[in-house]
Amino acid sequence: MSHRHDPSPAAPAAAPESADDEAAGARAVDFFRERFGLDEHSLEAVLGTALERQVEYADLFFEYSTQDAVVLEEGIVKSGDRHLEQGVGVRALAGERQGYAHSDEISTDSARLAAATARTIARGAGEQAPVPVRASRAAHDLYPLASVPTELPVERKVALLDAIDRYARALDPRVEQVMASLVCQYRRVLVVGSDGTLVGDVRPLVRLNCQVVAADGSKREVGYEGMGGRYEVERLLDPAAWKPLADEAVRTATLNLEAAPCPAGSFDVVLGPGWPGILLHEAIGHGLEGDFNRKKTSAFSDRIGERVAAPGVTVVDDGTLPGRRGSLNVDDEGTPTQYTTLIEDGVLVGYMQDRLNAKCMGASPTGNGRRESYAHLPMPRMTNTFMRSGQDDPEEILRSVERGIYAVSFGGGQVDITSGKFVFSASEAYEIENGRKGRPLKGATLIGNGPDVLLRVARIGNDLALDRGVGTCGKDGQSVPVGVGLPTLRIDGLTVGGTEG
Amino acid sequence: MSGGDASAVVERAIAHALACGAAQADAVLVEADSVEARVRSEEIDFVKQARERSLGIRVLARGPDASEPGLRSAVTSTSDLSGAAVDRMAEESVALARATARDAHAGLPEGSFADPQALPDLELFDEKDRHVDVEARIEDAFRAERAARAADPRIVNSEGSQVGSERSRVVYGNSAGFLGSYESAAHSLFSEPLAHDDAGMQRDYWMSVARRLSALDDPAAVGRHAAERALRRLGARRVPTCEAPVIFDAVTAPSLVRQLASCASGSAVYRGVSFLAERLGEVVASPGVTIVDDGRLPGGLGSKPFDGEGLPTRRNTIVDAGRLRSWLLDTYSGRKLGMASTGNAARAVGSAPGVGTTNVWLEPGDGGSLDDIIAATGRGLLVTELIGMGFNAVTGDYSRGAAGLWIEGGEIAFPVEEITIAGHLGDMLAAVDRVGSQLEWLGSAASPPLRVASMTIAGE
Repeated sequence: MSHRHDPSPAAPAAAPESADDEAAGARAVDFFRERFGLDEHSLEAVLGTALERQVEYADLFFEYSTQDAVVLEEGIVKSGDRHLEQGVGVRALAGERQGYAHSDEISTDSARLAAATARTIARGAGEQAPVPVRASRAAHDLYPLASVPTELPVERKVALLDAIDRYARALDPRVEQVMASLVCQYRRVLVVGSDGTLVGDVRPLVRLNCQVVAADGSKREVGYEGMGGRYEVERLLDPAAWKPLADEAVRTATLNLEAAPCPAGSFDVVLGPGWPGILLHEAIGHGLEGDFNRKKTSAFSDRIGERVAAPGVTVVDDGTLPGRRGSLNVDDEGTPTQYTTLIEDGVLVGYMQDRLNAKCMGASPTGNGRRESYAHLPMPRMTNTFMRSGQDDPEEILRSVERGIYAVSFGGGQVDITSGKFVFSASEAYEIENGRKGRPLKGATLIGNGPDVLLRVARIGNDLALDRGVGTCGKDGQSVPVGVGLPTLRIDGLTVGGTEG
Repeated sequence: MSGGDASAVVERAIAHALACGAAQADAVLVEADSVEARVRSEEIDFVKQARERSLGIRVLARGPDASEPGLRSAVTSTSDLSGAAVDRMAEESVALARATARDAHAGLPEGSFADPQALPDLELFDEKDRHVDVEARIEDAFRAERAARAADPRIVNSEGSQVGSERSRVVYGNSAGFLGSYESAAHSLFSEPLAHDDAGMQRDYWMSVARRLSALDDPAAVGRHAAERALRRLGARRVPTCEAPVIFDAVTAPSLVRQLASCASGSAVYRGVSFLAERLGEVVASPGVTIVDDGRLPGGLGSKPFDGEGLPTRRNTIVDAGRLRSWLLDTYSGRKLGMASTGNAARAVGSAPGVGTTNVWLEPGDGGSLDDIIAATGRGLLVTELIGMGFNAVTGDYSRGAAGLWIEGGEIAFPVEEITIAGHLGDMLAAVDRVGSQLEWLGSAASPPLRVASMTIAGE
């Protein structure tokens, strides 16, 4: 699906103008000060409350978010919605113990009440005095905006979905149902820490989805494509952006009408570039999150310096790609995001850390402390996780496989961190016969073992692509937007779960 | 916020939406108090306390030409419940609705609402649990954790043991005159130990969930059982690709019930995105399969006295002895299909009503215990965990990652992992040849252990 995708991971469109001369961080700090009276003095007082009684560190996370969505089905936009979410979460840390309380009211009074609760439940060793907080400049400004996505008139959003519906239906007479949606989010956050941290962020997020049901006689199949990121919603209104989306959804739905049942067994598999990077996310990424490694519950625990992948395999997590869905100026603990190498030329070199796990492991935070909202504790999470390009020509990789599976796009995946077993389901796959792409297959599920799957990488393409901006990762009941990327990759001996013996 | 205050907010939202020009409106307010804690080894990992309140408003408005048929819908939600914020959201909802398309089937139910003064007591909340003793709950977590770790020398680590208690109140009202509320609670205990030997590391879990604290299982028993489940996975391996009978246990069988129920959801049916869409009245499963949804099960984790549109919940038989008897419907999907709601409107604060299950289960049969079913299986697979999202509701195609135990000669032979099981949900339900006699509730969906006569297992 991502063949047409820009293969360069760091190639955003020309940086748009900011809605304000100031960077996102400073605008967020001003917003919370002006609207809710959260100045340095009152924030220090709240932190002081949280720090009483043997707490080592405390932080406050304020959030004010608006989100809207329009959804089309059966040819009409049946409903629109709009949500306002606000609140503050207060955390107190004592050793490995965390106390957390949150309130859906933003005020110094509610924050102080939450702080008192948090410190009571965290009580432990050590006592700290708060350091004066001072607004710091954010390290990045990755998503400056010319316009606020939630402020685009709803009529224009409705018109976009209507156009997509008409276009998709005209593409193929077998298109029976089109479901399209446009979701826009605008989050303002403020992080205040007892080490003097005071940093804000303003985070736009837009996403356009197109799902198509194609029918042929009594056979029905579904096709899906989506895109999004941290940029202006106007970019999605451009037919050059949304037409390929509808094209892909219709193409995969009609392709699957002709797809044969997938065989079962062990096969050499070629993964296409882009979204199949969820292989890395599931098989490798989660197992390299700091919390599992502090607790030594990951199949990758204590393996820094060991070979976990074939030579040539380099996997990184990069929260600093401009405009990407998984990118952040600062993480949800106020740490600037960064480019973190996880696997270098096949050797495990790093984990992804939040503050707590970094401290317990004697490491540095890597800007991966994320949370779904003010109502959740932060934990180590991925941002944009991808494999660097190799040397091989993608066409040549396909030709190198005698009999196998070519998996181009995927639905979703899951991993068992401890045993390392992961699974993900292909939504577009083909047979490979004598080095050539053959007939389409449906229902292919790939299963493997995280710690050794990358050891069986035989070829790495020179065509790294990032996904179109649709990934959402769930962990411990918390969802956060993420990105993935992959060059064309050949992996030998993966178990493929189909129905044909 | 007292119950009266919450009702006042709901009434204000509805009244303001009507004043701004809505033809109909409804609103739902959910208040929840919760505490969660996790312990690991002898340490508290985290304790989290929260009080949350949020309001959702749905408006149904006419377009510029008031004589046109159909209504236009919008939904808004806010966690700021100040009068000004509520009024602003109600007003925005009306403006938003006017921008959407008119829909001839949109609208509130035409009556038959539950009687808010005579709601049944479904045992969703025990007055004794109004003030949960957080320290005592943390001690429960420690008891589960210690029992798990003491179960065997190979239990050397854990993801921890977790407890949670939540009390919530739902207030729902609409412009047709319904205003009702109910309180409910959910208490949980969860333990996830790790077993370790030369062959590697394995995790598994066990849990207990109930509406009353006193109904939770003994924490030590939960911890021990979790440990047993992790231990029996040590040394797991793949099996050769083959066709074999597959047994689903109390943990994995409910996922089949949920998948079937999602395909019997009226909203999937009218959209044509269910493989069952054309099959109402037909035989879709073996005669041993009866699947029921009942929102009025006393103490049920999915029970509620009225649904997300104020209609009374009830018992619906989806599949009766193998025959597809009923869809699950809310008012909208019912109108689309020319049928009445089955009281299955689910309503989250931030969304319009949609079809949802309440308590859904497969009726026990005469297959005996899980051990009896294993003993009756010469060679096959017992699936204890499923991972991945390999189910396609549109086609019924099924292919998921699995872990479990291999059966030879009617006995557990060795643990297996890194395999997939594949088939078609319709074929699987038609091939169910044993249904166990015991039902164990681990959530709002349940199933006795059951056996599918044959599936494709992909491994080596």
